[in-house]
Amino acid sequence: MMISGAEIVVRCLQEEKVDCVFGYPGGSVLHIYDALFKQDQVTHILVRHEQAAVHAADAYSRSSQRVGVALVTSGPGVTNTVTGIATAYMDSIPMVVLCGQVPTQYIGQDAFQECDTVGITRPCVKHNFLVKDVKDLALTIKKAFHIAATGRPGPVVVDIPKDITAQMCEFEYPKSIQMRSYNPVVKGHLGQIKKAVQMLQEAKRPIIYTGGGVILSDAADKLTQLARKLDFPVTNTLMGLGGYPATDRQFVGMLGMHGTFEANNAMHYADVILAVGARFDDRVIGNPEHFGTEKRRVIHIDIDPSSISKRVKVDVPIVGNVADVLDEMLKLLDGGCKTDPEVADWWKQIDEWRGRKSLAYRQTNHIMPQYVVEKLYEVTGGDAFITSDVGQHQMFAAQYYKFDQPRRWINSGGLGTMGVGLPYGMGVLMANPGAQVACVTGEGSIQMCIQEMSTCKQYGLPVKIINLNNGMLGMVRQWQEMFYSKRYSQSYVTSLPDFVKLAEAYGHVGMRIEKPEDVEPALRKAFTEHKDDLVFMDFIIDPGANVFPMVAAGKGLTEMILAEEL
Amino acid sequence: MRHIISILIENEAGALSRVAGLFSARGYNIESLTVAPTEDPSLSRMTILTSGSDDVLEQITKQLNKLVDVVKVVDLSEAAHVERELMLIKVRATGKDREEMKRMADIFRGRIIDVTESTYVIELTGASTKLDSFIAGLDAGLILETVRTGVCGIGRGDRILKV
Repeated sequence: MMISGAEIVVRCLQEEKVDCVFGYPGGSVLHIYDALFKQDQVTHILVRHEQAAVHAADAYSRSSQRVGVALVTSGPGVTNTVTGIATAYMDSIPMVVLCGQVPTQYIGQDAFQECDTVGITRPCVKHNFLVKDVKDLALTIKKAFHIAATGRPGPVVVDIPKDITAQMCEFEYPKSIQMRSYNPVVKGHLGQIKKAVQMLQEAKRPIIYTGGGVILSDAADKLTQLARKLDFPVTNTLMGLGGYPATDRQFVGMLGMHGTFEANNAMHYADVILAVGARFDDRVIGNPEHFGTEKRRVIHIDIDPSSISKRVKVDVPIVGNVADVLDEMLKLLDGGCKTDPEVADWWKQIDEWRGRKSLAYRQTNHIMPQYVVEKLYEVTGGDAFITSDVGQHQMFAAQYYKFDQPRRWINSGGLGTMGVGLPYGMGVLMANPGAQVACVTGEGSIQMCIQEMSTCKQYGLPVKIINLNNGMLGMVRQWQEMFYSKRYSQSYVTSLPDFVKLAEAYGHVGMRIEKPEDVEPALRKAFTEHKDDLVFMDFIIDPGANVFPMVAAGKGLTEMILAEEL
Repeated sequence: MRHIISILIENEAGALSRVAGLFSARGYNIESLTVAPTEDPSLSRMTILTSGSDDVLEQITKQLNKLVDVVKVVDLSEAAHVERELMLIKVRATGKDREEMKRMADIFRGRIIDVTESTYVIELTGASTKLDSFIAGLDAGLILETVRTGVCGIGRGDRILKV
């Protein structure tokens, strides 16, 4: 039976078991929207700005094991998605973005709402396609889902001209796919894995350093088994939080620019580093020359060979899917694990570093942002999905909410995109209906996608917005205070809206919390009485609070600026 | 270090811009780039002349391999290979220079493929250094136009880049 290109698009989504698409209609996708209207398998969430559609699809992916999908129109519809696509790309999030395009015969004519989608998105996608023949449509969409979800995952854009969606064609969805140019490695090299296991057993000052790769390959359980078997300390990157239970004794906290004293020292002074799905990012190891001053051996497991030996020379590279490689390691260790006895001394050293209590902070008469996150952790039983925006609040959330499970911490780590928090909350709720979701944000970030409160109303998405309001672009202010002699250039936000009234105007619940003793009751109220409501909690926090520890730009990991000792 | 990277890539619209975009986005050098379809029209063969340290070259190869359209990548200059470049050069050929130009073309085993009263077009093939020497050997004032294809190369003997 012949069906239209638009119907093919929808049938493909159904075949991929996509239950939800985030999008915004427009001229060149009208046929597709018409086809969506005639079925009820795929739900469509109408956002208020295309950027939010992509962020929501991204969070849908991050918080589940499924590929998020966004659908937008040509021209401005596409350009509005670029920030969202780049955000997903930097964090290797599998996602498919379907874009309308002007009819084939108009391409290149500067037609109304035309842009070079493939050209504009090329540097921030894993791959992109322009469909030129309706006969290629189903295969192209199949390829898009395949490429997005396999290997090192990433966003894939499919650009579909309007005439293609009107043309008729037989529909057959390919069951499997073979691409001669795309065959990502899965299994790690056994010889290398054996070498790594031996190196681990000889280690005297080991550390397991893990990143987003553990989350993406659903390897948290295997990582935990391996770490327990070896009794090695574990540190997570910002993207890796939840990959190892944060409440566990072996967890030394997040490392990097705002990592704990113990994590950064353990990373720097380790004699063997087992890096798992992490990429020695500049925010993680600080100045690479300083990092290079210690002699150590590095084992690096990553599915992307280009991440290995990019910034730090690696002794045992293992290219493969993290879960598969960890599985092999566990098998090899089953024959008996003989960790070096000197590791006990290393633990003593780590406990000494822990004694510095680098996350301790002084309470003032104001609400401390750290305190809000700690209370949020208590009230939600440590079980909520936490989305965040970018800035001080993001670091406070990462440092003080103890993530015991993977896929619970949803933030823009690589690109550092302000404004993701609220649309991320929407994506999480669509993938995990009924879950507790809190968006930890600031008055700067939240205003970058605040219009999505309207979407939340339409679809009943009860995100709890934890607005850590200091009237400042906090992280910018912190750098200006420390490195620009307190010249607060453009980091002070005046004329803030009354967030309580704003939330109410959108039909939600608003609260303003100004005293420390009101923090916990307000949170409890939000998560019980207003369980099913979006609650905007405007916490007026201490404007002077800074994020510590801190490794200043260009400094080494051990050259941390610490908060005063309490 | 000078390196010649050979790439087999799906012959699709935009494939070239993916490679060129990768080089510019990551700050790698392209000294020359040639591309054309192979005996299998669905595949293109691209040759890139680049330079960089061993670490940079390792990244270039890895990043190229990551492009979804790229089927194979090899650093030709890692082992025995032959390389050639084609140049078409238009020179002024009047008076005593006319004879001299003919002689120079002969010495370099070039061929004169277009003749007018006052100009020659000389076709010259060889390693890039040979083309450089030819240009250096001419009076700069007599060169009217130079077109070079950039390097293309192939492995010697059993070194074969094929799907």
